[in-house]
Amino acid sequence: MTETSAGSITETKKFNIDTVENAAKTPDTELPWAELGLKQNEFDEVVTVLGRRPTGAELAMYSVMWSEHCSYKSSKNHLRQFGEKVTDEMKKDMLVGIGENAGVTNLGDGWAVTFKIESHNSPSFVEPYQGAATGIGGIVRDIISMGARPVAVMDPLRFGAIDHPDTARVMHGAVAGIGGYGNSLGLPNIGGEMVFDSVYQGNPLVNALAVGVMRHEDIRLANASGKGNKVVLFGARTGGDGIGGASVLASESFDDTKPSKRPAVQVGDPFAEKVLIECCLELFKGSLVEGIQDLGAAGISCATSELASNGDGGMEVELTSVLLRDPTLTPGEILMSESQERMMAVVTPENVAAFEAVMDKWAVEYSWLGEVTDTGRLIITWEGEVIVDVDPRTVAHDGPVYDRPYARPEWQDAVQADAFTGSVQDAGRPSAPADLAAAVTELISSPNMCSKSWITKQYDRYVGGNTAMAFPDDAGVVRVDEETGLGVALATDANGRYTYLDPYHGAQLALAEAYRNVATSGAVPMAVSDCLNFGSPEDPAVMWQLAEAIRGLSDACMVLGIPVTGGNVSLYNQTGTTPIHPSPVVAVLGKLDDVARRTPSGWREDGQAIYLLGTTAAELDGSEWSNMRGHLGGLPPKVDLAAERALGEILINASRDGMVDSAHDLSEGGLAAALVESALRYGVGARIALQDVLDRDGVDLFTALFSETQGRAVVAVPRSEEIRFTDMCTARGFAHTRIGVVDAEGGTLEINGVETLSLEALREAHEATLPKYFG
Amino acid sequence: MTELPLIGEATAAGAGAERSLAGAKIGVVTFPGTLDDRDAVRAVRLAGATPVALWHADTTLGDVDAVVIPGGFSYGDYLRAGAIARFAPLMSRIIDAANSDAKLPVLGICNGFQILTESHMLPGSMIKNDQLKFMCRDQLLRVENNTTSWTGDYAAGQEITVPLKNQDGQYIADEKTLDALEAEGRVVFRYVGFNPNGSRRDIAGIANAAGNVVGLMPHPEHAVEAGFGPEIGSDTEGLGFFTSVLNKIVGDNK
Repeated sequence: MTETSAGSITETKKFNIDTVENAAKTPDTELPWAELGLKQNEFDEVVTVLGRRPTGAELAMYSVMWSEHCSYKSSKNHLRQFGEKVTDEMKKDMLVGIGENAGVTNLGDGWAVTFKIESHNSPSFVEPYQGAATGIGGIVRDIISMGARPVAVMDPLRFGAIDHPDTARVMHGAVAGIGGYGNSLGLPNIGGEMVFDSVYQGNPLVNALAVGVMRHEDIRLANASGKGNKVVLFGARTGGDGIGGASVLASESFDDTKPSKRPAVQVGDPFAEKVLIECCLELFKGSLVEGIQDLGAAGISCATSELASNGDGGMEVELTSVLLRDPTLTPGEILMSESQERMMAVVTPENVAAFEAVMDKWAVEYSWLGEVTDTGRLIITWEGEVIVDVDPRTVAHDGPVYDRPYARPEWQDAVQADAFTGSVQDAGRPSAPADLAAAVTELISSPNMCSKSWITKQYDRYVGGNTAMAFPDDAGVVRVDEETGLGVALATDANGRYTYLDPYHGAQLALAEAYRNVATSGAVPMAVSDCLNFGSPEDPAVMWQLAEAIRGLSDACMVLGIPVTGGNVSLYNQTGTTPIHPSPVVAVLGKLDDVARRTPSGWREDGQAIYLLGTTAAELDGSEWSNMRGHLGGLPPKVDLAAERALGEILINASRDGMVDSAHDLSEGGLAAALVESALRYGVGARIALQDVLDRDGVDLFTALFSETQGRAVVAVPRSEEIRFTDMCTARGFAHTRIGVVDAEGGTLEINGVETLSLEALREAHEATLPKYFG
Repeated sequence: MTELPLIGEATAAGAGAERSLAGAKIGVVTFPGTLDDRDAVRAVRLAGATPVALWHADTTLGDVDAVVIPGGFSYGDYLRAGAIARFAPLMSRIIDAANSDAKLPVLGICNGFQILTESHMLPGSMIKNDQLKFMCRDQLLRVENNTTSWTGDYAAGQEITVPLKNQDGQYIADEKTLDALEAEGRVVFRYVGFNPNGSRRDIAGIANAAGNVVGLMPHPEHAVEAGFGPEIGSDTEGLGFFTSVLNKIVGDNK
């Protein structure tokens, strides 16, 4: 065991410390900048900024902070659109926008909500359990940093082919990691996604969303202000885990020829995080911190430079004061370490004793590192010798920005011309009643449409006692205020196949679906967070996909009137030269004045009328049906944001005024999937006849069932509300067709023209798929 | 940070009987890593009693009339679930009070049950679920004994649904202990229809000989409020735990 006092730690260290003074004297010393992930032009820029070569510690800081993961250097030029394309309507409820740890939205009654989605993709491939676990840990700390109590998490997952031998490794590890970490924090897991596609085989996408709530006065920002205020690091000790994780792992593509990068993955301790949450909330309650920042990617480098550059002065810290797990760490390693469950805060001298009392109560270790200055410089010393002397803005904000070349790939035209209808894979399209019944069963047992309960039953959805709705409903709903019932709804969506076919519209479709899911639950959509998962930005085709997706998303946000309040970009998700499908995962947050009015997705009451809202076109390109048949080509379903907005208003009003008992949006798998899911939710069937839809829309029964036309939903309307509901749809000029009635007695789903489907058989087919592959 | 307000104060005004219910104080213990303490507080309040927050490092129980040790992962479940929490200063006070003539009612839920077995207040132990995974589901239970401090409001043999969510929920004990528990009527709850974790003899919860200390793996505090409980059956069938102890307290004080 190492002594805890700084003095005895340093006695064991015999580093040849590279001081600023030494760096100035030895300009020609070779530095391992390429190994740390910097490019020649970037290293040259560091030298220019400093007017000398960097010290080893400075090099460590610049290399992680200027990495793709931390600096957004390839996407920054495009991401600006999220801040530029903003209307007054979008600004109305935004309390904190992009740039802080997470955006904050006004919920009214003095309440605010903060949420954000992030990726932890590369670590989750290398070490699925810890990668996924620390993904949850990191996003939860972002939420705490804003002053909020975290109240729920969600996890959109994308893995390789379900039958590939390596998929089970990633699946078991990631799901156990999300559960093992999230369950131990006392945060309900209220939803997510699970997609299998061979394009994610070597680059699984493990994204994590967290949401937190606070009173307006509790909002905290990451800045270090006030000369003489103390800088403190608290939580877990700093170890050798995750060193260079951000720069080395997340900013490079996987390549078999390089040695294993396992040591770059962090290891999580959920107990330490849970204690840290409660301890931070107690600090906020006592107004004991002036500024706070979590330590995630780039560790102390990030926290010190961001706190200092967002404040009004500078900062001076002594690095030997950092409590270590491993006393052999070098200054550079300490600066880069991504050890989890750590926070940095700025505390006034008057609050030091009270701060220490809270730490002692929760048995959280802390060490005072230094203080805020008015020099405008970030100075880091090692036993008093200066090893870092930089303008913190140059580290945190003024990193390189690349206008990377992008171009629509040549193959895009050919892909878009290859429609599913009439393709080889379209041969033998079912039309007989028995064949259509078999097709419905095949669809709902397919890897992407099957029941995800194998996963979700490993997550605690109850803890906190405020979960009003969770998977498999369209959105997760959490109560915020127990007096009034005020709450939030959240949904995340993405469709890599649509986005591959057309990145601009594919990204919009992801937003449209998340928006629709939130409105389906009865909530008013308010804000967006996005996790943009793409391949290498150095490939002009991928860069074009990214640029188009961001342009599409920002345009669509304007039309829907909801702002992007934060998010994350994950690039280099490719194996060799093969990128993943462009996968912008979009999270939408909505507000419910009273969560008691939420609309679940399943049928319950016998005899209620079932309506299909919206019209159906023949849109099978990129659909789950075409995916099942091994086809990917053509154009994704048409985006109609005005229709989405109109549909949303109908669903929200219907919920508020008690006109619907259930609502389920139509997306992947089309009407067939929506009908089966509505029936299986509570084990209550229906009798359906689609002739009116076929006549009006000019489609055949197969198309009506499997097309993925957007802007549609299925709702169950109590008999007493039918006139009011249809009048509302008519008044708003929105297509609506009565397609059947709920049948609580039969135990079947009857669709005219399709052989009767027993709910028992459907459930067995729906639920058997994941256990079959994963035990 | 203002704590989220919980459901409004129990109806303290009104008839005399109600006033004495609200006067009953039920302590809810928080250890580092406890997760369902706020939920237990809510359940106590919805039942009509006054919840009292207890901290693991406290050296006195104050004037509480009963204690709930809620679920979670105290000390991260490191070493073994409940193994570290049992050494908390407050646990000695709880053990003394439960074994005293006053027979303080104590309910251990999930991690709380594990802490009670680690403290030897209840026999047996919990090991990892037989399917080796965390499991969250709505679970049907049968109330086998309605004479304990925490089950008086249920009918003997009544079946209730409450959420179950744990990783180490498989109850085990040697055959002699199991036989003794059965013979003495100390098996308080049994899993019905499906044994979710391989527990011996489908045991979901047990009591001490005096019936004042009860532990179970499922979470009755998550079935106390309409709209936030299990999806199958009624979603408030766990409230009886808390009204039972309240009636017991009020009855004893008459």
